[in-house]
Amino acid sequence: MSTPGDAVSVEEQIARWRSYLGRRQAIHSVDVAELEDHLREQIAVLVDAGLAPDESFLVAIKRMGDLDTLSREFAREHSERLWKQLVVVPSDSGEPRARARTDAIVAFCLAVVAALAIKVPALFGIQLEDQDAGFYARNLSLFVLPLLTGYFVWKRRLDTSTLRWLAVAFVAAGVFANVYPFAPGGSSFPGDSIEALTALHLPIALWLVVGIAYAGGRWSQVGGRMDFIRFSGELFIYYVLIALGGAVLMGFMAMIFQAIGIDIEPFFESWLLPCGAMGAVVVASWLVEAKQSVIENMAPVLTRLFSPLFAAVLVVFLGTLLWTGRGVGIERDVLIAFDLLLVVVLGLLLYSVSARDPRSPPGAFDVVQVVLVVSALLVDAVALWAIAARITEFGFSPNRVAALGENVILLVNLAWSAVLYIRFLRGRGSFTSLERWQTDYLPVYAVWAAIVVLVFPPVFGLV
Amino acid sequence: MEINKDLIAASSTPIVLAILAEEDSYGYAILKRVRELSGGRMEWTDGMLYPVLHRLERLGHVESRSEVAESGRRRKYYRITSRGMAQLAEERRQWQAVDATLRGIWRALFLPVPASHPASAASLPQGA
Repeated sequence: MSTPGDAVSVEEQIARWRSYLGRRQAIHSVDVAELEDHLREQIAVLVDAGLAPDESFLVAIKRMGDLDTLSREFAREHSERLWKQLVVVPSDSGEPRARARTDAIVAFCLAVVAALAIKVPALFGIQLEDQDAGFYARNLSLFVLPLLTGYFVWKRRLDTSTLRWLAVAFVAAGVFANVYPFAPGGSSFPGDSIEALTALHLPIALWLVVGIAYAGGRWSQVGGRMDFIRFSGELFIYYVLIALGGAVLMGFMAMIFQAIGIDIEPFFESWLLPCGAMGAVVVASWLVEAKQSVIENMAPVLTRLFSPLFAAVLVVFLGTLLWTGRGVGIERDVLIAFDLLLVVVLGLLLYSVSARDPRSPPGAFDVVQVVLVVSALLVDAVALWAIAARITEFGFSPNRVAALGENVILLVNLAWSAVLYIRFLRGRGSFTSLERWQTDYLPVYAVWAAIVVLVFPPVFGLV
Repeated sequence: MEINKDLIAASSTPIVLAILAEEDSYGYAILKRVRELSGGRMEWTDGMLYPVLHRLERLGHVESRSEVAESGRRRKYYRITSRGMAQLAEERRQWQAVDATLRGIWRALFLPVPASHPASAASLPQGA
């Protein structure tokens, strides 16, 4: 029957098959082990039935199915393992190098366009420095986000009907950012700038438009929106890294030019900083797309590091609050501070959710997450309580309504997340429902931001 | 007889859940059971079972544990959860509705069930 030589060669073939399978990004080693166990059992059964070992191997391989189809099927199920490749049209890997090059060239050109676009208004006499600073603040996102969206439209080959809607969104944003008379002192609420509110909220609303282009037809799926969340996190990290590098570069430039008696600060302010900041958005996006595996796990790693720390701080804060019985001092910006706290907690939750293997059972880190979310909710509830008690005294100014609205939206998101997470910990729900809730909730933020941009100026007396 | 891919895909969830409702099992044994139950008419590509199992696991319909089998290798066993049982009941209702509809129309047609034609069966390519 089977000679030792045969056995060795089958072992070798299995080893080769295993390493070949292991190179597929969508198939992890534990899956390879599962498939190998299957393969071996199949071979054993066939050998028992009288086939030679190498014949059995071939039959078993054939039954296992074609590897490309198999790894595509795995990829579809485990999209978190290769979130970026999946968005790109799957498996037509014809000349991937040429495509990567075109991609880089297009991204670079768009970055240059973005860098130059910020200088275009200067041609019409709108300078960055003086009283026109408000114009730039309001329109900042409009200089770069349409180009970024264009990049994804090109990359995902979106159809024209989607394209039309994206264009409509940007045109509408451009109109509403500029149609209201945002003159200083135009508001009936001195100290509150509606212009600043527009400048802050327009990018949030438009980021959803970028997301729809990014997801490229997968926006309706949980996976598509989750990929966009991952992309946003990695983009943020890349952007910060590029900004740090840029700061170092500028520091050295200033120093060496100072040595020869030339002050290049005006060049920094009017060219390097604005153009660099705009171009870097496109470059960072391209980097996230192109260099996926290099830094892919950055956001989850940071979450792992900071979730326990934030949880500890919040728990200690709550304990101190209870122990000393101090009230929360209501300063002018306290609401915004608590909004930011909730945003950070939401970010920590979001990126730990996005990186988690939904199949793994609840662990200690999940408990930390729940403690973090619940303690953040309690802290925020204390602050909201204090503010609600004195809201009549404060009155409703645009800043406060915007901040309060955001607080409520974040609170709802986190509260229901906490419920779903606790259900998951107690084995009553699946992790998928938490993912679905998080991704379904994304448009709420954009809608609220759009309301602030569209409705606040007329409501608060600008028109 | 070759059953088309869409039917295979649609029926994979209830079949896998039902087999796991009989007893805990693992990949190879599940496929063997499918072959037994269908008299060899349902030919699944072996590898495709695993993404299905992983999807069911992600949805919380089954859970897995790793054990050392009698062969000495580690093997992943799957067990149906209470949510999986509920899903199975739901699938069963749906398939019974489909089945009842088809039965009704078969009766109304008065057509004899065609015996599988050897010629056509031979001409069909084997599924990849």
